[in-house]
Amino acid sequence: MGFLDIDSASKTYGSVEVLHNVNISVGEGEFLVLVGPSGCGKSTLLNMIAGLEDITSGEIRLKGNLMNGVHPSRRNIAMVFQSYALYPNMTVAQNITFGLEMHKVPKAERVSAMQEVAELLQIGGLLNRKPAQLSGGQRQRVAMGRALVRNPEVFLFDEPLSNLDAKLRVDMRTEIKKLHQNLGTTIVYVTHDQIEAMTLSTRIAVMNEGHVQQLGTPKEIYDTPANLFVATFMGSPSMNLVPVTINANGEAVYAETSNSFGETVRLAVPEAGSDLRSMSGKTVTLGIRPEALTDKDGADHRSTHVEHCASAVGVTEPAGSDTFVTTSFGEAECVARMRADTDASSGAVIEFAFNMEKAVFFDPKSGIRID
Amino acid sequence: MAASQQESAIRTSNTARVLIYLLLLLFAFFYLLPLFVMGVNSVKPLSEITGGNMMALPEVWTLEPWRKAWSEAQVGVQATGLKPYFWNSIKMVVPAVFISTILGALNGYVLTKWRFRGDTILFGLMLFACFIPFQIVLIPMARVLGIFGLAGTTWGLVLVHVVYGIGFTTLYFRNYYAAFPTELVRAAQIDGAGFFQIFWRIMLPSSGPIIVVSVIWQFTNIWNDFLFGASFADFSSQPMTVALNNLVQSSTGVKEYNVHFAGAILAALPTLLVYIVAGRFFVRGLMAGSVKG
Repeated sequence: MGFLDIDSASKTYGSVEVLHNVNISVGEGEFLVLVGPSGCGKSTLLNMIAGLEDITSGEIRLKGNLMNGVHPSRRNIAMVFQSYALYPNMTVAQNITFGLEMHKVPKAERVSAMQEVAELLQIGGLLNRKPAQLSGGQRQRVAMGRALVRNPEVFLFDEPLSNLDAKLRVDMRTEIKKLHQNLGTTIVYVTHDQIEAMTLSTRIAVMNEGHVQQLGTPKEIYDTPANLFVATFMGSPSMNLVPVTINANGEAVYAETSNSFGETVRLAVPEAGSDLRSMSGKTVTLGIRPEALTDKDGADHRSTHVEHCASAVGVTEPAGSDTFVTTSFGEAECVARMRADTDASSGAVIEFAFNMEKAVFFDPKSGIRID
Repeated sequence: MAASQQESAIRTSNTARVLIYLLLLLFAFFYLLPLFVMGVNSVKPLSEITGGNMMALPEVWTLEPWRKAWSEAQVGVQATGLKPYFWNSIKMVVPAVFISTILGALNGYVLTKWRFRGDTILFGLMLFACFIPFQIVLIPMARVLGIFGLAGTTWGLVLVHVVYGIGFTTLYFRNYYAAFPTELVRAAQIDGAGFFQIFWRIMLPSSGPIIVVSVIWQFTNIWNDFLFGASFADFSSQPMTVALNNLVQSSTGVKEYNVHFAGAILAALPTLLVYIVAGRFFVRGLMAGSVKG
């Protein structure tokens, strides 16, 4: 039993089921990110935790107490909304203390709690302003202050950064992470931005079409995605997917595909599991991240399983810190992440290095990872 | 070439502008004429009016017609002037406007933020109330007032006007609150505010412009209503409009046109005042809404 337990939770609107049997257990002090494309049910799940939406079936428990049917204000949670949802008619100070006032906290306590939070978030100078007089970043801080002041068991964030410009978003992201490290409160955070998910979370739940596709640490999600959806949704540019034929020959297992000229490329697969061996002779999908597909010199020197093969360069996209180079393997377009000063140029034939330690395989029909 | 073209363009636009202003002045003059006639004739002795020229400025200025219209003219059985009827109207209009506005706001709040099965149908039916002609409800309403024991009372009129106004006020507030972010209501719920606390503390304080619209609409409609006042009020509760009619229509004695003019202005004054005072807040409210970040 964890701190916050979501147990076979489902949600239906009329005859449409938008969440199917979700099971997530969040430990105390964890930072769980729910990530997925729009309409995947992540915000619905958050609203169910908050108590703003009913649970059709299943249970949500906080510290072992059943939360089904408990009013949002009695769950000891606080929520930061995408639009910040600051009360336009109240000053910043009134916005922050409104929740305490509704919970009948004495005035002196309210003021001292508010000042503490104002200091923490550096909004002391804004207390007498109205929300309309604040910038986006300031509103964001006030919205967090309103959540912090109640000292809740769980913080819920609903895409809190998506209304900010790119630079501010990165700054606030760091600040939220700092806040979590300092306070150690349990956080459930909804976003559609996979970079936010990777950087902030201690665990990620990737969702699609009302199902939790994979629940794990950012590293697990990134390195060993459970299926093709997770593989392509997380990471930018997304994972390269190459159709390969498995060739299990005694101890050695090879993945065979072709380069841009149609020549056969044989890639040795290290530590292949029995499931992959049993696929011998069949076509599967090889998943390899752009940073695991580089030029010869750029390959990870600690990796003991780097495979080389030549292929023709399609286009190069210099991005400053790296240069993205496209080519094709098995007639699938692939993106390789190379050093910024790589000498690859369009049309040239260069050596590509596959870091096979990072390679994963998927069943092309079901999309599930094969070990 | 280009410069001369520009110059001629400026010249044309200047001529056009002069023409437009002339036309506007003409229309303004035309529309202000009745007010002028009323004002001028309410401050001259009756002899000057019966003497012939309605348009002329008074030779002798007097406020006597105003005093007479207010406190002396024969309206009912007693020579009380319009004063008691004016207060009847106030006693009817203020509660009716207040109640219908608050109920409209509550309806709008429920219809947008506490949605339930069939809410749009209910709203459609309430809208329907805006299109029912007054005459149709006269007899059923008289029956209802009788059953409630409110026939011939000010509170009876308040009830009639509240019932009639709710369709309009609900329409205003529903449309206003439809654009009001629901996340604010959810945030308040998490903060622990209840149904009415959210209404009083969050929704109403943000409803300035639409409250002004509702008040202006309801005030002018209820103040100017004649049919309900004439049908459902007795002598002790007749509103200003009915009294003014009685004053002007009285068939005994001399027709004191100057007193009639003064009475008519008195009857129109409150709605005029509401427009002048609240209208400004209305525009200000709209402007404040338009410059939000």
